[in-house]
Amino acid sequence: MYRGTSKTVGRILNTRIFVRFSSNLRKWGTDIAREPKPIYLDAQATTPLDPRVLDDMLPFLTNEYGNPHSRTHKFGWDAEAAVEKARAQVASLIGSNDPKEIVFTSGATESNNLALKGIANFYKEKKRHIITSVIEHKCVLDSCRVLQDQYGFEVTYLKVNKEGLVDLDELADTIRPTTSLVSIMFINNEMGSIQNIKRIGELCRSRKVFFHTDAAQGVGKIPINVNDLNIDLMSISGHKIYGPKGVGALYVRRRPRVRLDPIINGGGQERGLRSGTLPPALVVGLGSACNVAQRELPYDYENVHSLSEHFLKRIERELPHVTKNGSFDPSSCYPGCVNLSFSFVEGESLLLALNQIALSSGSACTSASLEPSYVLRALGVNEDLAHSSIRFGIGRFTSKDEIDATVDSLVENVNKLRELSPLYEMYQEGIDINSINWSQH
Amino acid sequence: MIFRALSRSVLRSSSGVRTAVSGNGASLVRAYHERVHDHYENPRNVGTLDKNDPNVGTGLVGAPACGDVMRLQIKVDDNGKIVDVKFKTFGCGSAIASSSYASEMVKGMKLDEAKNIRNTDIAKDLCLPPVKLHCSMLAEDAIKSAINDYRKKKSLQARPN
Repeated sequence: MYRGTSKTVGRILNTRIFVRFSSNLRKWGTDIAREPKPIYLDAQATTPLDPRVLDDMLPFLTNEYGNPHSRTHKFGWDAEAAVEKARAQVASLIGSNDPKEIVFTSGATESNNLALKGIANFYKEKKRHIITSVIEHKCVLDSCRVLQDQYGFEVTYLKVNKEGLVDLDELADTIRPTTSLVSIMFINNEMGSIQNIKRIGELCRSRKVFFHTDAAQGVGKIPINVNDLNIDLMSISGHKIYGPKGVGALYVRRRPRVRLDPIINGGGQERGLRSGTLPPALVVGLGSACNVAQRELPYDYENVHSLSEHFLKRIERELPHVTKNGSFDPSSCYPGCVNLSFSFVEGESLLLALNQIALSSGSACTSASLEPSYVLRALGVNEDLAHSSIRFGIGRFTSKDEIDATVDSLVENVNKLRELSPLYEMYQEGIDINSINWSQH
Repeated sequence: MIFRALSRSVLRSSSGVRTAVSGNGASLVRAYHERVHDHYENPRNVGTLDKNDPNVGTGLVGAPACGDVMRLQIKVDDNGKIVDVKFKTFGCGSAIASSSYASEMVKGMKLDEAKNIRNTDIAKDLCLPPVKLHCSMLAEDAIKSAINDYRKKKSLQARPN
């Protein structure tokens, strides 16, 4: 059945142990498949693979198995053609005129690492200052920390206001002649706040500093044009836009030229910036996801926007003492990411109650370190509200019925938990919670 | 044979509630033990006793900033036996279960017995994972705080005016 299967493999496939193992696998698979899955409202964590993307990927997981860097035969040529087509699709979505500006990576984490460390190391002789913000994704913050501690770079972490936005005047004041890079994320994954990328891009271009943005949550969801926005480097993630996990890209501007030191060395693939054999299936998946996103962006945005409005209106009507973290203004907040704090109720206990809905919380109890979300704290959200925050992620495949079911469940469970809460009772009795001398633990 | 046992244990350990992954990327899938789930769904002794009643001791521990606040109230009769318990908690599923379980434990106990309850007993009976042990600590503190409050009230009453 499989061409080239060796006799040894055949012998293994026929042993009693393997046969029983594979029949158990089927049993596990069907048992797990039979359990009903919750409603999925965690679009910022990941998104399901769009069936059209899967269709485009399948040939490269079955009979089109060539290595795209094999120059001498048709397997290689076909794989290479597919990769180049995907490259053009990614470039088209972000408004780049040159597909060569796209470097495929294993995901946005690798892209962020490459952008930060690549620029820092290339320009390390003359420029040793980097600017970023406190609400960046952990991979950006940790890369900066490593550059600081191990390589002696200087990093400034800009604070954000209550709505999660960076102050542009502060940024202008912080840029020095020795600054090599400014890295500010496009849409924050916890709040959904959208930075004023156009102004930041203009500022960086005028001061001749490279501008990198982590657009993992923004690409394919809001219109992005790297030329209009003066972006020099941009990180893209496959699995946030209904593509496969394990693939991403870094947009690296060629005019004017942005030079980087690679962090992965090897055969010199991807213009020497990222060595390693490209996975045709994943790359084609990313390209196809970008293509679908480009066609459907206006519809997707309207759909997500209307579901988000409906959700917020119902919550406002039916549940008191709920705070929205982040901004309400649609130009600075992506509607598909709604972060709410439910006063007097702790986040993890609410997630436990909403066990038929897949959600995420900024509460300490859901993190391994027992610390509440650093993004919420950077926004200045009160600590007790930070413990009560839940993030709702609305996506392409979310339906109005799911939103309605979620609100019904929320109203029921928040009220139930408030009955259980001493803080709610104190509030009802008119006691000011902030005035009490709590026993610290 | 081995694989059938493995598959059975995989399916058994996946019973109970799985919480969603955290927002900041640190993913921790936690399957709560059935007992925690049971105490959460049907908490025992939720409510309030009159804190001005001379026979009621109120213990309030934790802090909203830490995400955990427990209030445990005990009503003690003249023989030093706890006849009624009520609690309310702001905290995660483990915290609610720990305080509900603690309230069940102390009902009917003498004050000295209740003072000897250790957080390890609570944690063991609820099969709390190591990361949630502090919830059982808080429950133990709540019991002690309630007993101390009751004793303080009684000693104030005993003082001649």
